[in-house]
Amino acid sequence: MIRARGLGRSFGTKRVLRDLDLDVGERDLLVVTGPNGSGKSTLLALCAGLLAPTAGELEVGVDRGRVGYLAHEPLVYRELTALENLELYGCLYRVPERRERIGMLLERFALWEARHERVSAFSRGMQQRLALCRTLLHDPDLLLLDEPYAGLDEAGAALLDAELGALAGERTLVVSTHEPERVAALATSRLALG
Amino acid sequence: MNYLSDVGALARKDLRLELRSRDTFLSMVLFVVATLVVFSFSLPAGTAEEASYGLLWVALLFTAILGLTRAFAAEREQRLLDGLILAPCDRSAIWLGKAIAVLAFLALAEVVALPAFALFFEPVTWEVVAAVVLANLGLAAVGTLLAAMAAASRARELLLPLLLLPLAIPIVVGGVGASISDDPGRFLGFLGLYDLIFAILSWASFEYVVTE
Repeated sequence: MIRARGLGRSFGTKRVLRDLDLDVGERDLLVVTGPNGSGKSTLLALCAGLLAPTAGELEVGVDRGRVGYLAHEPLVYRELTALENLELYGCLYRVPERRERIGMLLERFALWEARHERVSAFSRGMQQRLALCRTLLHDPDLLLLDEPYAGLDEAGAALLDAELGALAGERTLVVSTHEPERVAALATSRLALG
Repeated sequence: MNYLSDVGALARKDLRLELRSRDTFLSMVLFVVATLVVFSFSLPAGTAEEASYGLLWVALLFTAILGLTRAFAAEREQRLLDGLILAPCDRSAIWLGKAIAVLAFLALAEVVALPAFALFFEPVTWEVVAAVVLANLGLAAVGTLLAAMAAASRARELLLPLLLLPLAIPIVVGGVGASISDDPGRFLGFLGLYDLIFAILSWASFEYVVTE
């Protein structure tokens, strides 16, 4: 699904990733660890197609529309409601039976009651749960999750544990995290950067 | 059909955001009215009507720049452009949706600005209205593209006017010409041609502006 050879990425004179070889097969779960600034987020942004490599080769064997990307920012409009944000992304991603899918995700991540509230009124944890709904909305084949546990309380983290447990073995996942023990049992490979 | 529904969803989103914040529209209206008031005091008595039409177009152009500076504010502040360009829709739909929203804000600001101009200066003729409509199309098309380019820069407030003003000179020439000429059709045709060329260029090049 993902193949990198000699992959490198620089920002100006700062080299964030260098000479990285990587193979992620279909239905694998790769855990990416490393200290701040080691290039975890850059690697995921490269895989998502948001950044271009400055060295080496990167092949991602899935269409743009089949990738689910969870970034540091929730990538939702703060002045729209949770429902309006998911409706917008559902339209752009051509999600079939959109309303049912949105309702199911909002229920699963305990946001149904808050669906008509603006995101600006959400706590950080609620924003992260909404971001997870956005990422999973189109049932992607490849999931790129950058610090998915960030901001989640224990209940939210448990919801995510259950979701990842259901997805592992069914979808390809790349999870960058400072809490690798949470996904250690599901991981098929591990990459330590930095 | 999918393309049009994407454009509709994106334009509705921008209009909904503006309805809730009213940041862009209110600042555009206040700016254009304040500018026209200042111009009305700064023009010496007995100045020819041509000068007042020139000032109208200057006011409209700077009002458009004010609106365009905020066009990608939400996307920039929350890195939302990443979310939009990852979607499998044609990326030009992002440009078209945003341009439609910009066009709506411009038109609404001018609904206030043109009567204010008539109050302080000269009557607004059909030629002026036609030129303003055509100028709006061109400004929305090229301005949205340049606003997306500038949004990625730290010096965006400076960069947008620097990029847009040279490209907007034909709009001012066409607009003033249509407002005061005995043959406004020639200038309106010129504005229409400008709109067509720059809409096609902006539509085709937007993808390269928002992707690395």
